[in-house]
Amino acid sequence: MSNVPADLRFLKSHEWARLEADGTITVGISDHAQQALGDLVFVEAPEAGRRISAGEGCAVVESVKAASDVYSPVSGEVVAGNADLGGQPELINQDPYGAGWIMRIRPDDKAQFAALLDAKAYEAALAAETH
Amino acid sequence: MGLRTPLHDVHAAAGARMVDFGGWDMPVNYGSQIEEHHAVRRDAGMFDVSHMCVVDLRGARVRDYLRRLLANDVAKLTEPGKALYSCMLREDGGVIDDLIVYYLDDQWYRMVVNAGTRDKDLEWLRTHAAGFEVSVEPRFDLAMIAVQGPTARERAATLLDPGFAARALELGYFFGAAADHWFVARTGYTGEDGWEIMLPADRATDFWARLRGAGVRPCGLGARDTLRLEAGMNLYGNDMDESTSPLESGLGWTIAWDPQDRDFIGRAALAAQKAHGVARKLVGLVLTDRAVLRSHQKVIVPAVGEGEVTSGTFSPTLERSIGLARVPSQTADRCEVEIRGRLLHAAVVRPPFVRHGKIAVAL
Repeated sequence: MSNVPADLRFLKSHEWARLEADGTITVGISDHAQQALGDLVFVEAPEAGRRISAGEGCAVVESVKAASDVYSPVSGEVVAGNADLGGQPELINQDPYGAGWIMRIRPDDKAQFAALLDAKAYEAALAAETH
Repeated sequence: MGLRTPLHDVHAAAGARMVDFGGWDMPVNYGSQIEEHHAVRRDAGMFDVSHMCVVDLRGARVRDYLRRLLANDVAKLTEPGKALYSCMLREDGGVIDDLIVYYLDDQWYRMVVNAGTRDKDLEWLRTHAAGFEVSVEPRFDLAMIAVQGPTARERAATLLDPGFAARALELGYFFGAAADHWFVARTGYTGEDGWEIMLPADRATDFWARLRGAGVRPCGLGARDTLRLEAGMNLYGNDMDESTSPLESGLGWTIAWDPQDRDFIGRAALAAQKAHGVARKLVGLVLTDRAVLRSHQKVIVPAVGEGEVTSGTFSPTLERSIGLARVPSQTADRCEVEIRGRLLHAAVVRPPFVRHGKIAVAL
């Protein structure tokens, strides 16, 4: 069973989002996603300053098995990409909700965050996917 | 739900991630695929390969039959237990399957064919058996476990009957030995030393558990693929199939042209292809940029032409991406691969990439 923290929001495409105290949003991929992908070998995180739209593929995670786009949950400006993933892509496997974060975004409109799936809805989506 | 090997429930209980492979429900990994890969390169790992099909071929003229059916020549097999790798071809030279055949005695050969091609292989074998009065018997009663890695043989030997273990430990590369319904061969698909062990299906669960107890790590098809690719071994369906000949698949070495009067199926087509010049070849690629080669990516050879990646992966040993690609025969030592809309650079090399735990290509 995969871990779905109650304090995060999610996309059906398996990204998670966390609203930070400074109003930025941290984004990564869920525990379920990292398990499904297997060992991560490359990550392309976006550069700070890039403008992105909600639903846009703005990072790529590549595992031994497959390459996968990471979609932004909100529109806004990238504040940071996780530089540690360049040398240690396995951080996503080891700690998907912590050290394995992918990017931090300053959202144009916080309401977009509120509209994301909560943990319960994401768990339901996972259940529907596997049955 | 797909076909299941006798070890299916053991894999599920161990938390393996199961996938469909050629119609079979098989474990792709039990945890980290990369750790499974390293276990085989550095110590010992095991694979359930019971989905592969063991076929016993018997009859007074079985040798003549196989000399007609296979592109390699079983006449090379003069010592009992010796194995040969060969392609089985259509008349037009396309590869029906690649296989290993063991010479057991003058009236008995044993073949191991791929899971996904089993039905068409058996049909082909039977169609041609009639004229030679050969019996074709698939051994669905056998399971097969590959134990691979530098310590694999010594670990597995402790679990065999002592007399049989002693015989098995003396086997040279590409030799096998039988005892009762067991068969141990010093073969594999990883580039490491090891055995492929055929055993009665009802003994598989117990033997697997004992191998685990002896320190042999369960490994899935994911690691099997990265290991075979590092070892430069082709995968049927990816790197060759009925639309390609062995000459275009890096398998020219498996064609026995001598003696010249041996009329194996596909010979005329291969000879014609050779006479006209083979347009494409299968090569190894090492990606110099950071990304991962995958099958069907387009290969561009500047001023020469285009080709296609047939197998690609991330190599845990080289820590970069490697692959096999079918490219124009004039291709030299460089090419470009189109990955996610960008042209990335790759070096063209001669496989294997890794052999017995050591990197075998210049990086």
